[in-house]
Amino acid sequence: MTTSVPHLTELPLERPKGCPFDPPAELGTLRDEHPLVRLTFPDGHEGWLATGHTIARAVLADPRFSARQELMHSPLPGAAAMMEMPPAAPGMFIKMDDPEHGHYRKLLTGKFTVRRMRLLSERVEQVTTEYLDAMERQGTTADLVPAFAQPIPALMICELLGVPYEDHEFFRRNVMPLNLPDASAEEQGAAIDALGQYLYKLIVAKRAEPTDDILGELTTTELTDEELTSIAFLLLGAGLDTTANMLALGTFALLQHPDQLAALREDPELIDGAIEELLRYLTITHTGARTALEDVEIGGQLVKAGEAVALSAQAANRDPLKFPEPDRLDIRRNAAGHASFGHGVHQCLGQQLARVQMKVAFTGLLARFPKLRLAVPADEIPMRTDSDIYGVYALPVAWS
Amino acid sequence: MRLEVDRERCVGAGMCVLTAPEVFAQDEEDGRVRLLDRDPAEIGDAVQLCPAAAITANA
Ligand code: SF4
Repeated sequence: MTTSVPHLTELPLERPKGCPFDPPAELGTLRDEHPLVRLTFPDGHEGWLATGHTIARAVLADPRFSARQELMHSPLPGAAAMMEMPPAAPGMFIKMDDPEHGHYRKLLTGKFTVRRMRLLSERVEQVTTEYLDAMERQGTTADLVPAFAQPIPALMICELLGVPYEDHEFFRRNVMPLNLPDASAEEQGAAIDALGQYLYKLIVAKRAEPTDDILGELTTTELTDEELTSIAFLLLGAGLDTTANMLALGTFALLQHPDQLAALREDPELIDGAIEELLRYLTITHTGARTALEDVEIGGQLVKAGEAVALSAQAANRDPLKFPEPDRLDIRRNAAGHASFGHGVHQCLGQQLARVQMKVAFTGLLARFPKLRLAVPADEIPMRTDSDIYGVYALPVAWS
Repeated sequence: MRLEVDRERCVGAGMCVLTAPEVFAQDEEDGRVRLLDRDPAEIGDAVQLCPAAAITANA
């Protein structure tokens, strides 16, 4: 067993100047030599960082690595990294292991199947058309983030869960601090409380008068109000900010790769592959972590019980051993197997919803505006470098 | 090939249905995998893509 592996004293978070879509170059250099390196976590914990595609997937699929909140060390700086975490609240299944995790997940998976999500296409189309109409009515330029990328997924997740869309500004305000590592512990705590109270009230109301939506249906299961509040919190939080960033950043990436955009316009059938490739290439949720429950030998290294392994989805998705010429956006490649929805039993529950929304929204946008282009130079686009979810804060576009 | 699926392991991610829709389906109730065809000729990458290692194929 080799012992001399590099030791990172913090995660490289800085992206290179220039291409806004490339992850920090240091990750790639490391990965090609050492798919698993030592990492000092922000709280001082001495753990590991997995950058290779194979090893990242192996860790995520191995039940000897735990997702339990109380064992966690966050690899990202910020308030959350410094807190000692209690065990996950009832219902917070992403921070649990099986069998608890599986118990909750099984109540939900039937509601997010490929078939059910495809049935939503028509509704996503209506919504997309409405927002495209509104953009057209308002002139020949718009900021695509508030005009298109944010409202479509927000409206869809609200309808699906049965949460009033009128309150989406309130959610956005309170979901944001949770994704900003720089937010203080107080800000994050206040946001969690505000969302929790709102959702708890909603659940109690639905229990009194069940509605025909996911949360309404779930009130008829054995889930308690507290469990359901956590679940609502997870689903709403996951559905609001992720797809929105994929839509805006994905459009930006296509506009910056005119050959790829032209290929997609010429053959709209390429859209499914293009979405997988954008998911891979952009990797908007870049980092997660697991903790070893026992000594595990992996990638030729001994990871000791209690040690955390951070997983860089960004690095894994640019691993040349899995994706040849990984730094090239190529919508015709087979990008299946990317790590953007994770892997293992926690793999994203809402991924089929995300796919349907991206398919309909990107297709609608490109069809409506054949001359779509950036309205400002690319280097003036404000990038979300301070967030756990990568993206853009604004995307001024023009179409005349 | 001969397929087996482990419904206990399945987490309903639907990668199999996306990859080989003629072979796999998801249960309407709990979203877990159902086999439409036990002896398919082709399943693409479905075995590798399943996040829960719930699918086994024997040649
Ligand atoms: S890919 Fe695996 S986990 Fe997902 S539905 Fe199919 S069998 Fe189940």
